[in-house]
Amino acid sequence: MHLPALPVLLPFFAAILILYPWFNKRLHLQRLVAQFALLMLVAVSMLTLFKTLAEGPMGYAMGDWEAPFGIYLLADPLAAFMLVVTSVLALCTHLFACGGEDKTGRFFHPLFMFQLMGLNGAFLTADAFNLFVFFEILLIASYSLLIHGGGRERTRAAQHYVLYNLIGSAFFLIALALLYRAFGTLNIPDMASRATTLPEESIPLAQAGGLLLMVVFGVKAALLPLHFWLPRTYSTTSVPVAALFAVMTKVGVYSLWRIHSVVFGHDSGELSDLGVVPLAWLSGLTVVAGAIGALASQTLRWLIANLIVISVGTLLMTVAMGTTQSVAAGLYYTLHSTLMSGAFFLVAGLILMQRGQAEDRFVRSRPFLYPVFTGVLFAVTAMAMIGLPPFSGFLGKVFILQAAVDSGDAIWVWPLVLISSLAALIALSRAGTTLFWRTQGSVVPEAKEKVSNVHIAASGLLVATTLVLVIGGGPLTEWSLRAAQDLHTGVTLNYLNGGQP
Amino acid sequence: MELIYAVTVGVMVTCSVFLMLRGHTFAVVIGLTLMSYAVNLFLFASGGLALHEPAILADGAEYSDPLPQALVLTAIVIGFAMTAFALILAIRARADLGNDQVDGRALPGDSLANKEPQGKVRQSTVKSTASNTAKNSGGKTR
Repeated sequence: MHLPALPVLLPFFAAILILYPWFNKRLHLQRLVAQFALLMLVAVSMLTLFKTLAEGPMGYAMGDWEAPFGIYLLADPLAAFMLVVTSVLALCTHLFACGGEDKTGRFFHPLFMFQLMGLNGAFLTADAFNLFVFFEILLIASYSLLIHGGGRERTRAAQHYVLYNLIGSAFFLIALALLYRAFGTLNIPDMASRATTLPEESIPLAQAGGLLLMVVFGVKAALLPLHFWLPRTYSTTSVPVAALFAVMTKVGVYSLWRIHSVVFGHDSGELSDLGVVPLAWLSGLTVVAGAIGALASQTLRWLIANLIVISVGTLLMTVAMGTTQSVAAGLYYTLHSTLMSGAFFLVAGLILMQRGQAEDRFVRSRPFLYPVFTGVLFAVTAMAMIGLPPFSGFLGKVFILQAAVDSGDAIWVWPLVLISSLAALIALSRAGTTLFWRTQGSVVPEAKEKVSNVHIAASGLLVATTLVLVIGGGPLTEWSLRAAQDLHTGVTLNYLNGGQP
Repeated sequence: MELIYAVTVGVMVTCSVFLMLRGHTFAVVIGLTLMSYAVNLFLFASGGLALHEPAILADGAEYSDPLPQALVLTAIVIGFAMTAFALILAIRARADLGNDQVDGRALPGDSLANKEPQGKVRQSTVKSTASNTAKNSGGKTR
């Protein structure tokens, strides 16, 4: 009944609770409350997913105001999938942070919860302005999480990130004003139903608004000319925060699906396929830029950040293809790349703690304390990221390649996906050989204190999700196809208000 | 009225873009503030400009659209919070990096930057934070 609101409210109340002064000095209690909230969140997200798959999308009227006047939360399978992947990622990264990273600054746990509230809200909302509000919530939490732990490099990266995103927010508002003027509503299903019958004079406004919105989501998703903030931001921030940020770029991609594939989709009259051609070009170039960046990386975290750029480019290619199959393939790839990028940052964290002064630079250093465990985790994640069988990246990339054949885009998608995988393979094998085999001297003495069991459990758990994605590959792909179909048929206003579609 | 309104918004955006392209963080933050004012005005205009009309629906009368006003209110509140955060971050960056340039690198002849070389600045901040934490933990154990 109130299920669609829970993923937003749960982290919100957990954050408020932890903010009470009584919790200030009791870090372990903060951890417990946050972990409990996260476990509940995983359960609630799973329940939402199964319920939406069984019974169709669920609408939830905030304050019981009817659409299109009130704000609606809409839980459809696509949103539910994103909720599940976010909560699983958050659970593992938070567990990792409980190993000691949360002690390096204040308010880590409440900020983490507010971040999740913003993320979940952005996935669930069916109102474009409400999407802006949740974007701001997740951004302001991410600003503070980014500088968690302090340091010159973090401040410098945060300054760029904050100023850049503030300008992005201004563009978001301009786009919303244009869209409101053109459509007379900001409710996304309502906008979709009005797209075909817009009056002649509103079309240019709607096009301008839609394209500006694409720029804004491009900033969040790290589309080519707008992606330069990403490597520095991700590679300087603390490890659990970087791992959580793996889902942030996906919010941009998700919003493109949510608004552009529905409102400006294939059969929206004059507005059909708005901006798809530039998006295709830019997404392809993003992949190329990511591949070059990956080959030129000097540290592991910088390399992972560039791999994220590649995966975002690949995802945006599926957005540009715009068929149901491509959205389904993109969704499966989103699940895989979010979890694996997060896992890779956690593995980088383990490596960082064991190498002492050398950190994660590709230089000769002292050997690892746990060479076998760290090595296995590194190899599994690297193979998944590159897209080698038998791990989830392979399945994800195969689905994307298949979708490209079906939509007739194989000629430009295939070379880009395959060559970027080759670049990732080269970069990661170079990284792995340097990190694990070019060693001398004895183990770093502090490594034993730094690497706790919590760190090992958290990173192992997150890496193991690739196996879940592979073993559950059959049902997962079917469900993502369902999610894509539900997205494309769309939800009508009438359905939101409790009537028939 | 539309013309004056449009020119106002345009001039404000021009000024804000000029300020945002400066190197000093303070100018950039002022530019962002100006930009958010211009955007708020723009958002307000999206409901259509109407004089002497009731704010909400009345019988048979023309009315000014209430929704953009609600949107602007939300945008103003969020804008305040964001500007405050950007300012605090700028102050912190001035302390951490030793100058107030956006990319953290002082230009030659910058009168606002620290005179000491970078390495020294770094050490002094490290020392001060170390002594702070020492004080805090000392207080706690006692």
